[in-house]
Amino acid sequence: MNARDDVLARVRRALADVPDDERPQDVPVDRRYSAGGTPPAGPPDLVQLLAERLTDYGASVRPVTSDEVAAAVAQAVSARGAHSVVVPRGFPPQWQAALAAERVLTDEPRLPVEQLDRIGGVVTTVATAIAATGTLVLDCGPGQGRRALTLVPDYHLCVVRAEQIVASVPEALARLAPVRPLTFISGPSATSDIELDRVEGVHGPRTLQVLVISDPPNPLGTPLES
Amino acid sequence: MNDTTFLGMPAFPSAAKSALDNAQLRRNLAHATDTIRGKRAHAVGELDDWEELREAGRAIKERTLRHLDRYLIQVEERVTAAGGHVHWARDAEEARRIVIDLVQATGEREVVKVKSMATQEIGLNEALADAGISAYETDLAELIVQLGQDHPSHILVPAIHRNRAEIRDIFVRAMGDYGTAAPAGLSDDPHALAEAARRHLREKFLRAKVAVSGANFLVAETGTAVVVESEGNGRMCLTLPDTLISVVGIEKVVPTWRDLEVFLQLLPRSSTGERMNPYTSTWTGTAADDGPSTFHLVLLDAGRTDTLADPIGRQALNCIRCSACLNVCPVYERAGGHAYGSVYPGPIGAILTPQLRGTTSAVDRSLPYASTLCGACYEVCPVKINIPEVLVHLRARVVDDSRRRRIPTPEKLAMSAARWVLSHPSRLAAVQRAGSAAGRLAGRRGRISRLPGPLSAWTETRDAPAPPTETFRAWWRRNR
Ligand code: SF4
Repeated sequence: MNARDDVLARVRRALADVPDDERPQDVPVDRRYSAGGTPPAGPPDLVQLLAERLTDYGASVRPVTSDEVAAAVAQAVSARGAHSVVVPRGFPPQWQAALAAERVLTDEPRLPVEQLDRIGGVVTTVATAIAATGTLVLDCGPGQGRRALTLVPDYHLCVVRAEQIVASVPEALARLAPVRPLTFISGPSATSDIELDRVEGVHGPRTLQVLVISDPPNPLGTPLES
Repeated sequence: MNDTTFLGMPAFPSAAKSALDNAQLRRNLAHATDTIRGKRAHAVGELDDWEELREAGRAIKERTLRHLDRYLIQVEERVTAAGGHVHWARDAEEARRIVIDLVQATGEREVVKVKSMATQEIGLNEALADAGISAYETDLAELIVQLGQDHPSHILVPAIHRNRAEIRDIFVRAMGDYGTAAPAGLSDDPHALAEAARRHLREKFLRAKVAVSGANFLVAETGTAVVVESEGNGRMCLTLPDTLISVVGIEKVVPTWRDLEVFLQLLPRSSTGERMNPYTSTWTGTAADDGPSTFHLVLLDAGRTDTLADPIGRQALNCIRCSACLNVCPVYERAGGHAYGSVYPGPIGAILTPQLRGTTSAVDRSLPYASTLCGACYEVCPVKINIPEVLVHLRARVVDDSRRRRIPTPEKLAMSAARWVLSHPSRLAAVQRAGSAAGRLAGRRGRISRLPGPLSAWTETRDAPAPPTETFRAWWRRNR
């Protein structure tokens, strides 16, 4: 018997106590845990909660309005002293309008990993963000690029729109497509391996900055353009 | 399977005795577990649906295990459809052979590794070395263990027994032998140590062509693998190389994508005491233009089906390797991880190792006794493994087996196992308080609060081996 059939046969033998007609759904799974909606504790406003939780884990967060994004992106990159940043395809042009063109690299053609290692940083969007846990989720969609782009450079600036924020982990998973490679990022890389003390900054970007676009309610009742 | 027992490992009681004599180790361990217990309690306390999440986690695992054959077939189908290759390994030997062949087929002589219990369990690094392939561990704690030519002593933090000064010394002494040396004048500041690890490993990540990983979860419905980590070394290994080989125990399967919503809440809060760990990666087969172009999944049995065959012992396969049970265990805190003689220390090791490896060696026969049955492990376990129940059950199995094979029964071991902890009741009480506060005693309050908890639990063990000549209550009064 080949290994596959052998292992499967062993599994079936081991489960001799399971009735033949039992189906997986016959084993009840009680999903009374809160599947979303109410984040457990903290500020009621998702933008505030996300900001608080991200900050808690060593990211810096700045709320901006739609009008301020371009300037905030350029300012963050300058303040960082990044000589160049990679901006993936699909990143909204209006958000990078204030970046000096000579500082911007695209990933087309693909940048060799050695170059990514020397680059000043990366600027991206997100797929979704989870307020309760302070998590950004990237799915390699527009404005996010392939995974290496947000991994090898030492600085990551991420732009989140308020409506991309969900309260909880279950809501986020429901929005995501598992066929795409996903990366959940909660603060900059960290380790607790030395005496279980948290130290921020090991292999991933050691500096994570987040701009959250949140516009004040429009008195006319229609959403402001972003 | 005994080939992967730590070499020359004595049975638990004598190994634990020597660990107890090592004051530095005990201080390191006590400090670390104390820190992490507090963090976990805080992170768990934030969620008012924690008990519901635990119950869902347990139930999902039960559903999975009772129908494991169909989920494994589904994993195989989905991973294959997504461009991956699936291999099956009956035992450690077969798994090692598969991985070595796959690496050799790439023509490479080195691999980078993400921390993985499964590959440690099968002794992969040693086998790769014998085949002329260098395997570089990239998790900081694993790196410390590897450079220090040491054994892991904790599931989450394998170098938990080392303090910062010892780590500095190891880096200074050994980094240069494997690549970029430690910077001159390296201090023992954790930031400086992390920076040294970053520099040491970066060149390896950038040139690596092959990575070996495990996975925390494997979603049957979609064929998606999940790695939960902190440092970014996992992302490096999962993203930069051309070939990725993941060795995953067959019990890591979960049925649906949605099921992850439970485990991605349970695991980080139980493990590092964080709301969410810094990085979680998921991948489904291979993706065009992103990450490895070749993905191999090695599904590992290695004693798991033997474990599955025991309807009571089976629940040990629920384990998501969070290590919360280690951090609250009074025996673990005093004995240290090495005493358990396997890559799975602490309460989970005491019930998993004897089932995976069988109870033929002295160390494995003694493991079910490496506990006071105080119940703290059960209280904190995010998937509700009733570790005391399985311990008692395994003790009976060991005793039956010993009688049948006419070898000494292990009552003596039982006495010594409890003695280390019970000789310091204040410490035990402290550990129990921490475990209880964090674990929310709802539903089990009656049992745990019957004082003295551990002792009544001990004397209640109907299935346990013949009681020692004096009861623990009497022994306790005499020795306190
Ligand atoms: S047995 Fe439970 S508490 Fe212990 S490591 Fe496994 S999941 Fe965590």
